[in-house]
Amino acid sequence: MDILKVEEIKKSFSGVNVLKNINLSIKSGELHAIVGENGAGKSTLMKIIAGELEPDSGKIYLNGKEVQFHSPLDAINSGIALIHQEFSLVPQLTVYENIFLGREISKRFLGINFVDRKEMKKEAQAVLKTFGIENIPVDSKIKDLSVANKQLTEIAKALSTNSKILIMDEPTAALTLRETEKLFSILTNLKSNGVTIIFISHRLEEIFQIADSVSILRNGELIATKQINEVSMEEIVSMMIGKSMSNRFPPKPSKKIGDKFFEARNLSSDSFKGINFSLRKGEILGIAGLVGCGNTQVGESIYGLRKFDGEIYFEGKKINISKPTDAIEHGIFLVPEDRHDLGLVLQLSVKENHSLPNLDLFSKVGFVSTSIEKKSVKDTISYLNTKVSSINQRVDNLSGGNQQKVVLGKWLVRSPKILILDEPTRGIDVGAKFEIYKFIYEQSSKGVGIILISSELAEVLNLSDRILVMSEGRITGELDPQSATQEDILRLAVKGKES
Amino acid sequence: MTISKSNGFIRKYGVIFGLVGIIIFFAIESPNYFFTPSNFILISKQSSINILLALGEMFVILTAGIDLSVGAIAGLVGAVSAGTIVATGNLFLGLAAGIGVGIAFGLINGVIVAFAKVPAFIATLATMSAITGITLIYTQGEPIWNLPSSFDFIGQGNLADIPFSIILMALAFIAAWIILEKTKYGRHVYAVGGNIKASRAAGIKISAVLVSVYAISGLLSAIGGIVLASRLGTAEPTAGSGYELDAIAAVVLGGTSLFGGEGWVVGTIIGGYIIAVLNNGMTIMNISAYYQEVVKGLVILLAVMLTSFGKKYWNE
Ligand SMILES: Nc1ncnc2c1ncn2[C@@H]1O[C@H](COP(=O)(O)OP(=O)(O)OP(=O)(O)O)[C@@H](O)[C@H]1O
Ligand SMILES: [Mg+2]
Repeated sequence: MDILKVEEIKKSFSGVNVLKNINLSIKSGELHAIVGENGAGKSTLMKIIAGELEPDSGKIYLNGKEVQFHSPLDAINSGIALIHQEFSLVPQLTVYENIFLGREISKRFLGINFVDRKEMKKEAQAVLKTFGIENIPVDSKIKDLSVANKQLTEIAKALSTNSKILIMDEPTAALTLRETEKLFSILTNLKSNGVTIIFISHRLEEIFQIADSVSILRNGELIATKQINEVSMEEIVSMMIGKSMSNRFPPKPSKKIGDKFFEARNLSSDSFKGINFSLRKGEILGIAGLVGCGNTQVGESIYGLRKFDGEIYFEGKKINISKPTDAIEHGIFLVPEDRHDLGLVLQLSVKENHSLPNLDLFSKVGFVSTSIEKKSVKDTISYLNTKVSSINQRVDNLSGGNQQKVVLGKWLVRSPKILILDEPTRGIDVGAKFEIYKFIYEQSSKGVGIILISSELAEVLNLSDRILVMSEGRITGELDPQSATQEDILRLAVKGKES
Repeated sequence: MTISKSNGFIRKYGVIFGLVGIIIFFAIESPNYFFTPSNFILISKQSSINILLALGEMFVILTAGIDLSVGAIAGLVGAVSAGTIVATGNLFLGLAAGIGVGIAFGLINGVIVAFAKVPAFIATLATMSAITGITLIYTQGEPIWNLPSSFDFIGQGNLADIPFSIILMALAFIAAWIILEKTKYGRHVYAVGGNIKASRAAGIKISAVLVSVYAISGLLSAIGGIVLASRLGTAEPTAGSGYELDAIAAVVLGGTSLFGGEGWVVGTIIGGYIIAVLNNGMTIMNISAYYQEVVKGLVILLAVMLTSFGKKYWNE
């Protein structure tokens, strides 16, 4: 029985065909995964189903009846909820206000409806509790939350609508294994209550873990829909990218790791304590941990984005870092975790975002040389295979993964000494991940020290030369990736948490 | 530059159609007086002061700020320049003093916004009030007369048959265009207005950008103030009042976003011309000044509504 069917959906943006004739059926009660390269059209299709975009042509059937949505509210009222890839939360409002945005609970007093904050807080707390994330304070503002907690709030918001069809656009991209497992047990639960789930992810293992069926999109076309037990990972990958890919990780280069050239001594702040570690030239140092363990904050502190106590030694000297320009001067760069917050200026074009930290390289006596600039943008775009309609396209019109490539790409231009990569592959497709891994290896072979902060354990285990694990703001252990397993990391990641 | 073809078309070019439409309207209504070369020179002359102020205002608005003190600065600078010239008899000393005062108050605005982190609206509302007071104290509330004819040239004279104030406006436009479109600094202005956190993370010196845009606004207000005093032939203590609203209106009509990060210098010029053409055309048509204000307000509202509607339409 198909609960949802879309027929001959077409959509174009300023002349570019993003969806070309999509036909897709979703069975009632199944968990249907959608995969495809960055820019394949996944999010666009989901936004159409959830009433946020109108298709140029085509039909949508719900339980066999044709429906037309003119707004997200229409879709919500028909029982469809969408969890956005780029969050749709209001940053200045609190967690509970966001969860009930547009559906505020009210109480009547003297004939007037007043919002019932107490009730909303209580309800929000309950929603978070069913999800096991009651540690997010309901009255903290969204803008103060980590990416992972924003994601969890976004999920809680959708769950609280009690929808029949739940669409999740890369819900796990910012989550670590632990939260992902929690999410999956909730999804299983929802499924047994008859909820249909559409699930997008670039982490293909997840799809084999929980999906019943999978549809593959490529370049705006539906390539195939398969039962999950009929296909292999390799087949999915080759349908996604149009060619086969035997390995997810490039071969490890034979490189010589140099001398220790960076040392952090006794760093502490309100989100971490007593952090000591060193980095060698050409070394890839993974820092793993669960959501909220403080690894992101350590990275941002070293880059001068946060205040901290402690000392940093670099190339034999004590250095002072109190703002990003200090770090940049020493050749220390950060690819931030939250692309909308720290990575991009959304109103500006791909070109302008790319150039932002590099204008000194592209300009002569203060004037930007458009030819040097254009060449650099184009080289980076082709190197990372970024899908843009032109280099003057606004970045907020790019797909999520392509936005991430712009963030990453702007630092490739410079020759860093230390590169702090915070979730560098968040939302990036398998093909492009491979390219990014190759880039990380290339840089480290050149002697760049790399600090890799990642929630993807496979990534940390495969790429790192050494792994630090953090829990509750402290380093709880060091592991050798040659011998360590995911379980070892997890054990250290929850150390001090149980008590 | 920041406006890509895909979704900025209406926003960018709509304002040009708006200007052309208004010109056609008045040309039909008044072909003999309105649609003449000499009247267009007059309109340019009339718009020059507002456009000078608006160009400075635009730098500030691009960083998501606002400068309410531009009119007050223009008034003070006119008085200081005139006063210095009358006292010393030295034209250049007078101009330098005026421009110095304009930049100084711009810097004060910038420092208050960038370092004391006072919201721009409040900061410049306060300085607007203070500067207006300073002007009244300095002039004792009396206009400054008896300016030398060399001073009159700036606002009234011609260079090769072109009014000098139009030349000043054109130079300011070219400079603003080059700075915003072609230089590293211009890119930083847009970026800071678009996303201050990401700009900081990209290594941009935020405070330097913020302080400098207010200084630029102060400089252009000073030039505008000198042209104004010169045109009137006297420095009236309250000459600049109300100019901030026309400057902001020109910038917004030109498609610059009050949220920062988006805007086009050419748009600001056209916005300034729309206001000037309306004033001029309605005066020629003998519409009373009271009604003119109402019509101006409605046209601004309509234009901004059309651009935002056009933007939405184009985005779909
Ligand atoms: N508002 C818009 N204006 C112009 N182009 C757009 C707009 N929205 C999306 N696109 C383009 O449509 C294409 C598909 O985008 P979409 O977000 O659906 O990709 P996706 O499959 O979700 O990719 P990802 O895995 O990176 O999230 C992209 O090339 C993108 O640039
Ligand atoms: Mg997407």
